Amino acid sequence: MQASVKQAGAADARAARPSISIALAGSGGSGVMTAGTLLLDAAAKAGLYGLMVRTSGPQIRGGEAAALVRLARAPVDSLDDRFDLLLAIDWQNVNRFADEIPLAAASVLVGDPDEGEPPEVFTASGARCVALPFKKTAKAIAGSWTNMVALGVAGTLAGVPAEALAAALSDSWKRGDEALKANLAALQAGVDMAAGIDGMPRLSAGAAAAAKRWQISGNEAAGYGAIRGGVRFVAAYPITPATELLEWMAPALAKVGGTLLQAEDELASVNMAIGASYGGVPSLTATAGPGLALMTEGIGLAVAAEVPIVVVDVMRGGPSTGIPAKSEQSDLAFAVSGLHGDAPRLVVAPTSIADCVATTQWAVHLAEALQSPVIVLSDQFMGQSRAIIDRPADAGYAAARLTAAADTPDYKRYRNTESGVSPMAIPGTKGVVYTADGLEHSEAGIPSSQSRDHRTQLDKRERKLAQHDYGPFWADIEGDGTAAVITFGSTTAAVREAVGRARAQGVAVRLVALRLLAPARPAELAAALEGVARVLVVEQNHGGQLHRYLRAMYDLPGKPASFHRPGPLPLRPGELATAILEWAGVADLEGIAV
Amino acid sequence: MNAPTAPAPLTFAAYKSAYKPIWCPGCGDYSVLSSVTKALAKVQVPPHEVVVVSGIGCSSRIPAYTTCYGFHGVHGRALAAGTGLKVARPELTVLVAGGDGDGYSIGGNHFLHACRRNVDLTYLVMDNHVYGMTKGQASPTTEPDWDNKLSPGGTGIRSFHPLVIALASGANFVARAFAGDPNGTADIIAQAIRHPGFSFVEILSPCVTFRPEQREWKQLAHPAPVEPTDDAARAARRIMTDDGFNIGVLYAGDRPAYPTLPGKAKCTPADLEAEFLL
Repeated sequence: MQASVKQAGAADARAARPSISIALAGSGGSGVMTAGTLLLDAAAKAGLYGLMVRTSGPQIRGGEAAALVRLARAPVDSLDDRFDLLLAIDWQNVNRFADEIPLAAASVLVGDPDEGEPPEVFTASGARCVALPFKKTAKAIAGSWTNMVALGVAGTLAGVPAEALAAALSDSWKRGDEALKANLAALQAGVDMAAGIDGMPRLSAGAAAAAKRWQISGNEAAGYGAIRGGVRFVAAYPITPATELLEWMAPALAKVGGTLLQAEDELASVNMAIGASYGGVPSLTATAGPGLALMTEGIGLAVAAEVPIVVVDVMRGGPSTGIPAKSEQSDLAFAVSGLHGDAPRLVVAPTSIADCVATTQWAVHLAEALQSPVIVLSDQFMGQSRAIIDRPADAGYAAARLTAAADTPDYKRYRNTESGVSPMAIPGTKGVVYTADGLEHSEAGIPSSQSRDHRTQLDKRERKLAQHDYGPFWADIEGDGTAAVITFGSTTAAVREAVGRARAQGVAVRLVALRLLAPARPAELAAALEGVARVLVVEQNHGGQLHRYLRAMYDLPGKPASFHRPGPLPLRPGELATAILEWAGVADLEGIAV
Repeated sequence: MNAPTAPAPLTFAAYKSAYKPIWCPGCGDYSVLSSVTKALAKVQVPPHEVVVVSGIGCSSRIPAYTTCYGFHGVHGRALAAGTGLKVARPELTVLVAGGDGDGYSIGGNHFLHACRRNVDLTYLVMDNHVYGMTKGQASPTTEPDWDNKLSPGGTGIRSFHPLVIALASGANFVARAFAGDPNGTADIIAQAIRHPGFSFVEILSPCVTFRPEQREWKQLAHPAPVEPTDDAARAARRIMTDDGFNIGVLYAGDRPAYPTLPGKAKCTPADLEAEFLL
């Protein structure tokens, strides 16, 4: 399905809007990420919500970089169709972001004339160009930085009060009073420069700020959720875009009495986590697609030996090395089916940055309760972006493992219980000694190639996942209507926004965002789709992996349609709204601005 | 007043399970199993406080033949599983056991890093210079000219020297033992268990099925003519120049072992929220 998006007229852009989108770009080291983070902080101080997506070229240092910021009165987890403002500190290779920073005729393009002309890929949009001397201005204020002038301009154009910008800068400052004074002056110079520029939209009025808000990345949120859930041992190997999750967890675990061990490779990290968990300590590893591929044999061991572990996969473009620093939802098929043998496992996916906390916490709970590996499918878009969120309430999911008491008579580690979960003896416990085994085994854990033992254990391992009561957290179900869009992961936010736009056009669409991807929940989904005549499946990958999976595992109403597009560009609300309206049979899309 | 009677000391039999090993008659691993049980009896740690961790291969079957907790994982990853376990549960005695294929080939990288990391583990490799479970292929320690079906005429590549690699990688205790001397091997294993940090014991354990010529090891093995040293350079020189049958503790260092859990909790998980709060 091809999406075509109508451009909003210039007049519309100046009306009050629910969100404003700002792109800060420049060469690596120009400080755009710092400026973006401060803009987010300042917006939060002004009572706004926001999202900052980081994007950069393939270079580790010194390449082009951009902070993509969207500010709103309500929590925001997706990027908009167009940016209202592109501000570039310099233009070095910034043209490479042309696809990532779409502009409209109503957009404003701000650059430093001393750094050259704005590239044609941006001016072609018809956006209004404004030249402001960031570098010269900063140079005139001894000890100040160019990016602070830029922050003053961008913040002011976005409608963030100067006091909030100054407060955000002061709060984060760690380099002494003199330098702070200089940079506050640079910031103010930027604020003053922006005063004469009109044409930027303003945010519509909204509710007052909640008392407790966080600024957090999806990677940090997943790490914190894991610790909330009880994880105290992590073994991992660095990999983009999961590394920040691990770097956040290392000191955090040390503070709560846990530890993070840097393993020699992913084969080691997954087996270390399994070893620690076999010892009774809730354990986790985090990786991306290539690492997940290496871990599969270990995950299969966790299935067979029934050892709880959590594996967070922060998905990136694949296959192979793929596009390491860009997002894609293309590990789904691998996560739900990529183990040898019949190997039931759990796969869950957070639906937003904030939800990374609860979903990862839930993953720990499920792993421990069901003595099973759980794969958490986050992705680069969620993992490396920062958002202003309301403090997520503690979901209350705790690690609770069924363990064997000392000297249990006739103890059998893999006893064929009704639930399929059998008490796990923790080393050190007397009288219930056993050997955990990846070889097929009898109930007592003795290696066995007997057909009856194999069948019994296969049934047991499948049953314990299939029969578990996952409660209402298995999916987010919103709205009503006889049409439904099913999606998962970070795409959920863009789909939610698109569904909202479709509703504004009189098309009622139900949203089902699956949090539990495996095992499949046919009865629950059937209930969620009660009254639905047809289904559209939306995902960010080339193969339509969720669509195929749903068609294999579920009886869906009608002929399920698919909207799928690979990364690295995020799915945008506008293209999705257009797709939904076309699919819903709104024949004439002329004149409809979605 | 009667003093409480001390429990009877554990004998080696307390560590031997009822399962009959699935090993060929004459396999050196029977003797290693006996040495492990004797060593544990010397250390007097109760069986339920010991975990024997292994990968895949003939010798990797050993966990279930003891009365200790066992972990029989996937091929080559025994050291990784043992590392996670020991770091998470330092009060347990963790023995990692396996063969030359499991430890030096598919698990070779973990061997290097386990030596470097120096977690307080005891690693026992039953080295028979052959893949026995898959019926006779060359392992990393096989001689280059050993003829076999998979590499007719031999692999033509030089054999791996595990003791030197261990030493160079930072193992804190390096010893060579011989399965044909179960009491001597038990002594060495007991020392390895007691020694802090990563202790590596290379045990020459003949495979009489695929390498019947290894019966001659009985004549070749001899006690190392020197005392153990804490000088890695000296140990390396000895190991590089000996005849490959020097039996005994060849190096005992004093590097501090890798830190373990539980760490001291300085705050609750909820306290971590402060850094996110605006």
